[in-house]
Amino acid sequence: MNTEILGIFVTYLITLLIAIPLGKYLAKVFAGEKVWTDFLTPIEKGIYRLSGINHSQQMNWKQHMKAMLTINLVWLIYGFFVLMYQDKLPLNPDGNPGQTPDLAFNTIISFVVNCNLQHYSGESGVTYLTQHFVVMFLQFVSAATGIASAVVFFKAFRDKTTSQLGNFWEFFVKSITRLLLPISIVIALILTFNGTPSSYEGKDQYISVQGDTVGVSRGPAAGMIAIKHLGTNGGGWFGANSAHPLENPTYLTNMVELIAQMIIPIAMVIAFGYFIRRKKLGWVIFGVMTFGMLLLLIPTISSELGGSPAISQMGVSQHTGAMEGKEVRFGPAISAYWTTVTTIISTGSVNNMHDSSMPLTGAWQLLGMMVNSFYGGCGVGILNYFIYLIIAVFISGLMVGRTPEFLGHKVEAREVKIAALITLLSPFLILAGTAIASYVFGTYGDADWAVKPANWLNNPGFHGFSEMLYEVTSSNANNGSGFEGLGDNNIFWNVLTGIVLILARFLPIIGPIAIAGLLAQKKFIPESAGTLRADTLTFGIMTLAVIVVLNALSYFPALALGPLAEYFTMLK
Amino acid sequence: MKKYIFQSIRLTLVLLVLLCVIYPSIIAFAGRFAKGEGNGEAVLLNGKKVGYANIGQTFTDPQYFWGRPSAVSYNAAGSAGSNKGPSNPDYLKDVESRIDTLLKYHPGLKRSEIPADLVTSSGSGLDPDISVQAATIQIARVASNRKLGIEQVQQVVKNATTPPLLGLLGPEKVNVLQLNMALDRLAK
Repeated sequence: MNTEILGIFVTYLITLLIAIPLGKYLAKVFAGEKVWTDFLTPIEKGIYRLSGINHSQQMNWKQHMKAMLTINLVWLIYGFFVLMYQDKLPLNPDGNPGQTPDLAFNTIISFVVNCNLQHYSGESGVTYLTQHFVVMFLQFVSAATGIASAVVFFKAFRDKTTSQLGNFWEFFVKSITRLLLPISIVIALILTFNGTPSSYEGKDQYISVQGDTVGVSRGPAAGMIAIKHLGTNGGGWFGANSAHPLENPTYLTNMVELIAQMIIPIAMVIAFGYFIRRKKLGWVIFGVMTFGMLLLLIPTISSELGGSPAISQMGVSQHTGAMEGKEVRFGPAISAYWTTVTTIISTGSVNNMHDSSMPLTGAWQLLGMMVNSFYGGCGVGILNYFIYLIIAVFISGLMVGRTPEFLGHKVEAREVKIAALITLLSPFLILAGTAIASYVFGTYGDADWAVKPANWLNNPGFHGFSEMLYEVTSSNANNGSGFEGLGDNNIFWNVLTGIVLILARFLPIIGPIAIAGLLAQKKFIPESAGTLRADTLTFGIMTLAVIVVLNALSYFPALALGPLAEYFTMLK
Repeated sequence: MKKYIFQSIRLTLVLLVLLCVIYPSIIAFAGRFAKGEGNGEAVLLNGKKVGYANIGQTFTDPQYFWGRPSAVSYNAAGSAGSNKGPSNPDYLKDVESRIDTLLKYHPGLKRSEIPADLVTSSGSGLDPDISVQAATIQIARVASNRKLGIEQVQQVVKNATTPPLLGLLGPEKVNVLQLNMALDRLAK
């Protein structure tokens, strides 16, 4: 086995070795059981007191969602104005300008919703103040929002019948103090000692060996890069994200960043099983998700290691694989692994440029974001999966002719309606959004925006269509990666993706929690011989089938017009 | 509802202090003990800053080893890849002309010996490294332009080669700036 492939195995193995115990730990933390980090309790109590929060007050699912939406609204308003007026605020050593209203609108939404789409470049579009007090702050709290929401959902299935689902603020604060902050400190220190800048020094300038005068953007980046991965946010300090040699200096830091983005999504699945005292269910879900990941990962690695057919025709040696948009210190193999991880998990950070990936890789990237629950984002991955699961429960129920039930609660019309609406939301946003963009591109090419629609695309033909499809898909998945050739900093893309982002974040959180909250209030039916058991392999396969069928039906035509068409034209 | 608004604002303020003041200060303080004191590791020549260890530079002089093509001309004030798609005809023309340049400056070089990294641009536009193969094909040119023995230059390349992590994980690579500075030192 060569060293590049071995690197993937070792990285994934370490991920599991950290994520599984972490999952068990999280189940205990959120159940209020004794854990070794209880020495942090006084700090949490201090936070509650300063914020006027009574953390022992129980909330029902509606109160949870009200609290969640309120604090998110506060962040939206706060961040919007700080971004617009960042040029007048301190900590701006590079003298960067304030953001235009449409860019600030897009930026603040995309960070509040854990997407980090970034229609600006980190070196010139934000200041050190906004990098920390808006961007990094939201990277912490948006991840904590996702985790806390998932815990509300866990709580609904822990007891037989209840409407008391714990306290939102407690889950939220503990997500930060017991999980995100301590692990971020460790990761940030590893990055700092491997070459990532952490001081507040501004841009530097020097004369190179050959006599060119060039600049170097720097700044306190290490702390943000840690949480951008741990919280599956993905927004980079520098424009080139984790391909940048200061953001991701070595193969070791690359492994650390890869592991960091994967541990919480996996841990949350394990935690679910332990928390509701049905470990097997957690493991079955984990199994389905892992299988789904492999379905996307293996063809991605194979298409990237195969190299570009067009470059092969020129007679050049691609002995390690396709290299356009990739860094030598990582190589194509781990870059392909990163590509899969960052798209299935909604991180959206990149260590290679997706716009230059091979055509089929592009299809797998898009599909990973469309499914969005093979592990999925911080906390929200399992919520997305739950929607597929309810659909699977419903279809299975129809097949055997019984009222469907899940974990001892009847799944009735209301719950299935919610699940169906959430399922339809993604294809609606992705396909309608891409259609509008294509229409504007085709019909209003000369519109007087910051980037004229006719100049949006960096590549002609099918690949150009993929650039637009990718942008909307990434927004819908709250992913944040892009085919970055797209000229997206103009009022059209800023507003369109802003709207997609906000709908695709909050409805898929509220939907599953509403279902869980409604189910939890219902009478508990003990298991009998006729019960459909959710923690079996058969049911796992059933869920996977639902995922495959739903996504294939929704997206095959769009994928056929973009990456698949490009693939077939390159074959000839 | 009103209660949630006040709680949200107060909690946000508390967390801003914890996450945006205390947390980065801890990291910035620790960074002072890292190489480059948290400012990025600079490379000095006769006491003058000539670059950063992790950031690539433009080398076009035949006396030097060349790095990869860059979409930002190695100016690290910004960073970007080319974002060219694999089927883009203009892009493929660029690659073809890079191959021609290499063939022109390296008599006897076969197309099949050219590694892809030397004719494609990196994701950051600042890639400090090239593959071992990319350095190997340039040895003869650099040696003849510097009037050095081939073996001598081979040794310099070998010294500038970083093996995979722990000898096991990831690719081998050659840092171009380190390599060229070692050559300059040799000349003195």
